[in-house]
Amino acid sequence: MYTYDHFDRQIVSQRVAQFRDQTQRYLDGKITDEQFLPLRLQNGLYIQRLAPMMRIAVPYGTLSATQLRKLASISRKYDKGYAHISTRQNVQLNWPKLEEVPDILAELLEVEMHAVQTSGNCIRNTTADQFSGVAADEVEDARPYCEIIRQWSTFHPEFAFLPRKFKIAVCGSESDRVAIMMHDIGLQIVHDANGETAFKVFVGGGLGRTPVIGSLIHDKLEPKHLLTYLEAILRVYNQLGRRDNKFKARIKILVRAMGAETFKAEVEKEWAHIKDGDLSLSNEEIDRAKSFFVPPSYKTLPQQDLQALALESADFARWLQHNTHEHKVSGYRIVTLALKTVGVAPGDITAEQFEAVADLSERYGFGEIRSTHQQNLVLPDVQQTDLFALWKELVELEVASPTVGTLNDIICCPGGDFCSLANAKSIPIAEAIQRRFDDIDYVYDLGEIELNISGCMNACGHHHIGNIGILGVDKKGQEFYQVSLGGSQGLDASLGSILGPSFAQDEVPNIIEKVLETYVDLRQPEERFLDTFRRVGIDPFKERAYA
Amino acid sequence: MPNIIKNKQVCDDSWQVWRETDILPSSGGYIVPLTLWKAHKEELKSLGSIAVFLASDESPKALADDIAELDLIAVDFPKFADGRGFSYGRELREQLGYTGELRAIGDFIRDQLYFLNRCGFNSFALETSDLEESLASFNDFTESYQAGIDQRLPLFRRR
Repeated sequence: MYTYDHFDRQIVSQRVAQFRDQTQRYLDGKITDEQFLPLRLQNGLYIQRLAPMMRIAVPYGTLSATQLRKLASISRKYDKGYAHISTRQNVQLNWPKLEEVPDILAELLEVEMHAVQTSGNCIRNTTADQFSGVAADEVEDARPYCEIIRQWSTFHPEFAFLPRKFKIAVCGSESDRVAIMMHDIGLQIVHDANGETAFKVFVGGGLGRTPVIGSLIHDKLEPKHLLTYLEAILRVYNQLGRRDNKFKARIKILVRAMGAETFKAEVEKEWAHIKDGDLSLSNEEIDRAKSFFVPPSYKTLPQQDLQALALESADFARWLQHNTHEHKVSGYRIVTLALKTVGVAPGDITAEQFEAVADLSERYGFGEIRSTHQQNLVLPDVQQTDLFALWKELVELEVASPTVGTLNDIICCPGGDFCSLANAKSIPIAEAIQRRFDDIDYVYDLGEIELNISGCMNACGHHHIGNIGILGVDKKGQEFYQVSLGGSQGLDASLGSILGPSFAQDEVPNIIEKVLETYVDLRQPEERFLDTFRRVGIDPFKERAYA
Repeated sequence: MPNIIKNKQVCDDSWQVWRETDILPSSGGYIVPLTLWKAHKEELKSLGSIAVFLASDESPKALADDIAELDLIAVDFPKFADGRGFSYGRELREQLGYTGELRAIGDFIRDQLYFLNRCGFNSFALETSDLEESLASFNDFTESYQAGIDQRLPLFRRR
């Protein structure tokens, strides 16, 4: 993991002092609400429906056991003893007090954490594949580049007041687990014919009320040019992005209005001024970043026969199949902890669970944990011979629901229960669906399905790219739900098509059931939901749903 | 005479902002809109000391040929959350080579002084009752990751 040196520590420490002073001046009436708004947002603090909500940054989803224990203690001391993993791999507190936020920030600094730029119209937390460094299909570890981008984007003097929020994601694997096409900038690490590292640069993707898939504007950017090229893109966006309408202020609107080619030409013009200048990355800096992410001291272990392991028990076998993934090192496995217990908001985790997971990460790994944009946690380095013992502990902890990647691994925003932007509740919808489809064999028979729920157009629950997407809408003061089908993340990303008129809350599980029945009737052997949808289109689903 | 912050000190200042776009001032000492300057360069120059401000949608590129003739360039912030001016500051300093006084005017706030200074602004017509107290915000941070006008090398070239 990255560890702070005295520069990092000093910068974050001065940030805490700055926000403490700003908060005091706000409480003293020397800063207006309007002026305080971006200042608090850029420290992760929203004022929500019931209380402030605080979003703590988890850079590229990597956490240590020590950090998890601190999160546990903070959630107990300043909140109600639980927290929430967000769809940007961050951690959210739902009930902190404004006056105590500077103290929370000071405590976070003790474990090299912060809440910098987790909200507001600035460059947000850069996300990466949760399996970075361990994925069997990895081209190159994305984390060193994410850390380089994190430092460049932290308190960037020029880009703290952008037209709108700005999200960057980096994918270092052959399969994209970080939805790069749906980001303001998506970077895909590739190796050319000579094995040299380069980035494909996608720009102008995004969800929200105008979902757009990103456009490729550079297909082979050398690593040394990474920051100058990003700076050029941001400079063009900062000057030309719309500021008259917040719904048209994202870079996707600018890229679409200009056309990707023209936008690219503007970027190249700006880039010419700074390319090969002091911001060019040196080999030393890239090597320095990489030095924090060298593989831990793996043992030399034989690969186990997972089929044989699975004979331990049927429940274990199911978990093994769905909640573990192939590791790049022989004898190891990646384990996903499902934060999707029925009756608990997706992504919620208690202080006790944080502490228990911290202990597990040390006993079954190297003290490292990942958070995922599917709102789960990951133990990245588990020895295969330990899997059965670990599983028993995870069952006790209620994070072993064997549903990762299935219909019940729902992505869900906090929705109208917590969020002041929401048009409708989302957590009760997730729960109703999980309860309806509680027959695990049926869920397995359905196979790989991503179901994503957002409580409003802002699309924090990524409904556009769910194979099944559910969006809360307001219809004359009533909460209704619009269903879309066929969205997907990944390198073949697509946006869902709307099924038709929206449904009342209690109808939603029935409609989802009809959609799934249609799929089961029409699928060919081994065909995933997404592939069936792509083959037959929306009409058969529509006919059944509105029959 | 109003007070401003210049080179991180509070000092007297006599420049006034002239917002009329089709009427000329009768003397020097005004910071005039870009459009007025473009239309009446010679007349404005004959008035004596003259300065131009850029509105938030006016790129500094429009001043590329005029830089040597201006005593001061200002950037107007219509709303403090409109951050275009931060890029304009860097462009004026780094691409157009402007070395004179660069002033922020309009609706910016004390908590932006540190970033504005890093983007090349050295003069601030900050609307507040306590300029002296605001000077503290220049020292919000003593180190930063990025290059800026005050520090030409990013941290990774210095650590």
